[in-house]
Amino acid sequence: MPPKALILFAPGTNRDLDAARALEQAGAVPEVVPLNRLRRGERRWQDYQMLVLPGGFSYADALGAGKLLALELQHDFAGPMAEFVASGKPVIGICNGFQALVKSGLLPDPTQASAEAQATLTFNACGHFECRWVTLLPVSQTCIWTRGLSEPIDCPVAHGEGNFQARDPHWIDALVASGQAALLYAAPDDRPAHGVYPYNPNGSTADIAGLCNPAGNVLGLMPHPEDHIFAEQHPLWTRGLARGSGLALFRNGVAYAGQF
Amino acid sequence: MPSITETLTEITRFVIAPRTLDDPRSAGFLHDAHALGLTAVERICCADLYFIQGRLTPTEVRVLADRLLHDPITHNVTQNLSAAGKMSAADCVSGDAYVIEVALRPGVTDPVAEQIVRAAHMLGIKGVQAAGTGLRFEVHGAGLSEADCHLLAARLLSNPVIQRYTLGEIEPSFPLPTQACDAVDTLPIRSLDDAGLMTLSQERRAALDLNEMRAIQTYYRSEGRDPTDVEIEMIAQTWSEHCVHKTFKARISVERRGQPGSEIIPNLFRATIRAATETIDAPWVLSAFVDNAGLIEYDGVNAISFKVETHNHPSAIEPFGGANTGVGGVIRDVLGVSAKPVAATDVLCFGPQDTPFEALPAGVLHPRRILSGVVAGVQDYGNKIGLPTVSGGLWFDPGYTANPLVFCGCLGIAPKDAHPRQPQPGDRIIVLGGRTGRDGLRGATFSSMTMDAQTGEVSGASVQIGAPVVEKGLIDVVLLARDAHLYHAITDCGAGGLSSAVGEMTSTLGGWVQLECVPLKYPGLAPWEIWLSEAQERMVLAVPPASLPALQTLCERYAVELTDIGQFEASGRIVVRYGQKAVLDLSNDFLHNGLPQRNLAALILPPRCPAGQTTPLLTRERDYAAALLALLAHPNIASKERIIRIYDHEVQGGTLIKPLAGLAADAPADAVVLRPPGSAGTQALALSAGMNPEYGKLDPRQMALNVIDEAVRNAVAAGADPERIALLDNFCWGDPLRRETLGELVEAAYGCYDGAVYFGAPFISGKDSFNNEYLGSDGQRHAIPPTLLISGLGLLENAHAAVSMDLKAAGNALYLVGAFAPTFGGSHYALTCLPADQPPAEGVPALDPITRAVYRALHAAMRDGLAAACHDLSEGGLAVAAAEMCIGGRLGLDLALEDAEPLRTLFGETTGCLLVEVPPQHAADFEAMLSGLPCRSLGAVTAVPRLTARRAGQILLDLPVDALRNAFQRPL
Repeated sequence: MPPKALILFAPGTNRDLDAARALEQAGAVPEVVPLNRLRRGERRWQDYQMLVLPGGFSYADALGAGKLLALELQHDFAGPMAEFVASGKPVIGICNGFQALVKSGLLPDPTQASAEAQATLTFNACGHFECRWVTLLPVSQTCIWTRGLSEPIDCPVAHGEGNFQARDPHWIDALVASGQAALLYAAPDDRPAHGVYPYNPNGSTADIAGLCNPAGNVLGLMPHPEDHIFAEQHPLWTRGLARGSGLALFRNGVAYAGQF
Repeated sequence: MPSITETLTEITRFVIAPRTLDDPRSAGFLHDAHALGLTAVERICCADLYFIQGRLTPTEVRVLADRLLHDPITHNVTQNLSAAGKMSAADCVSGDAYVIEVALRPGVTDPVAEQIVRAAHMLGIKGVQAAGTGLRFEVHGAGLSEADCHLLAARLLSNPVIQRYTLGEIEPSFPLPTQACDAVDTLPIRSLDDAGLMTLSQERRAALDLNEMRAIQTYYRSEGRDPTDVEIEMIAQTWSEHCVHKTFKARISVERRGQPGSEIIPNLFRATIRAATETIDAPWVLSAFVDNAGLIEYDGVNAISFKVETHNHPSAIEPFGGANTGVGGVIRDVLGVSAKPVAATDVLCFGPQDTPFEALPAGVLHPRRILSGVVAGVQDYGNKIGLPTVSGGLWFDPGYTANPLVFCGCLGIAPKDAHPRQPQPGDRIIVLGGRTGRDGLRGATFSSMTMDAQTGEVSGASVQIGAPVVEKGLIDVVLLARDAHLYHAITDCGAGGLSSAVGEMTSTLGGWVQLECVPLKYPGLAPWEIWLSEAQERMVLAVPPASLPALQTLCERYAVELTDIGQFEASGRIVVRYGQKAVLDLSNDFLHNGLPQRNLAALILPPRCPAGQTTPLLTRERDYAAALLALLAHPNIASKERIIRIYDHEVQGGTLIKPLAGLAADAPADAVVLRPPGSAGTQALALSAGMNPEYGKLDPRQMALNVIDEAVRNAVAAGADPERIALLDNFCWGDPLRRETLGELVEAAYGCYDGAVYFGAPFISGKDSFNNEYLGSDGQRHAIPPTLLISGLGLLENAHAAVSMDLKAAGNALYLVGAFAPTFGGSHYALTCLPADQPPAEGVPALDPITRAVYRALHAAMRDGLAAACHDLSEGGLAVAAAEMCIGGRLGLDLALEDAEPLRTLFGETTGCLLVEVPPQHAADFEAMLSGLPCRSLGAVTAVPRLTARRAGQILLDLPVDALRNAFQRPL
């Protein structure tokens, strides 16, 4: 049976259908579920094998991107979220979903969720929202979403608050060493961008575009691999240079979900 | 209006400041301050302010600060009980910096404040009653004076229409709860003489003329009573230019200068725009001019809807809110035909960005602020609601300084026949979405009046601010309700608010409304204010009672507010009650058919030079390279990348040809190609635009032909079928009571007819905006340049046949296709060249009758895959088009030009022409398909990235692509 994917929907979520289409292409059965349906028990967390927090502007990004959704997850859904993560089922937070995972403490380490935050996603170093295509290097074997991937992924970013920053710079080294830095922004030579704009589009420390938990089942990332699943979405397809479909990432997640 | 401010004692003030000194937002303000000439400012530190009203314990204050209001990794927080209002003038200096604080005026929509209250209650802090937001600026500069700070605050940091500022700490203000209000005035109209009627029209800002006021008087005399204020306001809105287009429907007496007599046009709209669509009679047009948006056939399963609106006057006084709600409004137009919005467009006209402050008329914001505010408003709404903002344009002209133009478009997709249009007796009148406040009161009449220096003050209390996330909820619910067949009719609340939406829906049957049921943002609105308010993000639906529970369930799921305010009934009247009191009772026949036709006079002046007329140029040495670089750097031609990138143009994953083209995604695409999610076939859509006010100044009729050609040409360049292009017209004009201004309109409208019929491209929707005027330096009122935006919606039978404009490979041939007849009338060369190089007065380009055949043949060649790249010739002519193709491909071109006048060949402007890159193996086929049509080889693509143009062995220009790119990317 194809795994069922729960796509969380909050007021302001807007890339839910993009994610649903990518998951469908990757072989899952996605369902977009408003939080109110979970709150009322019309839908049950345990009926799904994957969890997706899609992109958008939940609660209009008031008080910081993902902040109010994070608060709602902590306040109303702390139990089921923790259970889903602990069960080892694949979880992915994209853009606004990544921001909510970080701000609710589920990334970088859900076991430290109640401790003082170590990292955040703040305003882009360039000072504004930006939409452009970037190249991502999948570099983690810890992360079940990037495991075994060697080809770079090309896909767009579209955010104003994607600048990954940590309280303590040394802590970043540990993240990289443990394989939690799952996706890095790359320069045109497919090597890490080394902070160079616009290849690293937002100023993220250590070029971190995506991050997983120590167990590797929860991935958060700012870019949108769900918006590159067909060749004609690539900006260079009319030059015959489309490459790096985001579908590889979703196929990994769906394959992994098959065991639950 | 009752006072709604009061200072309350228990207010906690939080200041959230970035930890780092190189905060990008602060740096942005500093950059803008310098750009506005405030160079004494050396550093600005910007912090967020939050005010929480209610009794809080110290623990609660800490929880709010740490969990809600600040990010401890990047920001610091300080808080104290507000001591505002008690600071002396000296306190406005903190250390070596001045402090400026800005807060919203009471009653202005503050979505963040609403979220703070909601989240605080979720955290269990029930004592929070209200919240407010603001900004704090610490301004550093050795030579700064207090006067400089006032200038900075007024010019950059605040907009008096929606905000207040102080030097030092600002005092927050919260709406004061007031009692509900059922005050209704009766306006004795039956006894008034003509002067009294006009006074009444002006007092109510009704923008109605004497004839119209007399018609109202006659109606009330026959009813044997006087009207209520609610009725007069509703009639004024329903009869406004904005809602009924009285100028286009007027009886116009036309005189042509130099010709005896006059002709009568009984109805300009029927004679031109509608006549074109009827003459063409395209079977693929599903709905034109009937619904809120035009509809065309797409892929056999779905229909595509398209609408473009303007939001000019609101954007002039509050650029962010004006543009923001302009986008929101046009999205609702598309939702109002039960379609899913899939793309947004924006075309913007502003004054020159380097206009000196001293040159600004009183009460006018600087064009730089208008631009940044408008762009931020478009960005905020489009990005947050999840629509790709894919296509647009920018035009600068001194005529737009005081009267900017903001065109917002929206494209939608829906299964064919999914849009129900027939309310039934007994259906409930249901309002979905946002609550009602004083927002945008009298917007329809406001947009129908000329702006003056007081416009901002008078209309300030009613400025609209959007809430895109609320509208996103409407989209989610309406589309599900549509698929479940839960409603019989739907329309959006736009200008005129409920009066307009409900009035339109009840115009065939009739119905009644209980006004006190309408949920309010704050109490105290008079009945006419509730009925007329243009509060955003509301839709009105006709819902059979049996479907109401299912709709309610959907609304609860998506956190959308639903209110039942009345019922449709076959009464032929609209009746509005507030409690027991009937406040409005009008016959549909009078309201919708009682408007007397306007009688207007137009004077048509012949153009100085007929279209296509040229004059021989003087033969002499010229610096062609410098001329090209100047053109590439002209703000109308230069790169718009800085703006395009702050719009999300990728969301929904359907953008196949993107607004930025080429290897480095920095060249301008002719049209975007979209394959929206939900597409059922191989088809895709091309979105294009044509606009040229420079031509409009010289020859409005030929301007219309030119811009229709441009919209068609751009769509063809991207691969669209020239026989399947639908058009939208948006006229922005001055005061139609000025005969010459109306004459220009008449000419442009006939140009629209000619152009549309020639190309077989029907109009499916349109909109006009009049009274776009400004005060000139001569102290006289002037109309803006005649501005006609033509939006093109083209079809590609196969998405894979889309072609981009960037050069693809060295060795390919470059062809010039089309009847090449360049002129300098209205050209950008004339705008950018030195006075000594000024070309002679010439006509604007004329449309060659062979053009349609050229486009057909070119399209056939493109469909067969013969073209590697295609780019149209527009502003700046052939040289600019070639340069842009080089930038896109980072490749060179070596062009041989044999024409007698190289200046004309390079920079003259023409209709109907494109540059096409063809691989050598396809050259013979390509030439065969274009045989008998104007098509010539100009040269070849080179690996060396240089643009070279020669004539008779002489090099005219030879520039590296990097130099082209540098000029093209000169920042705005």
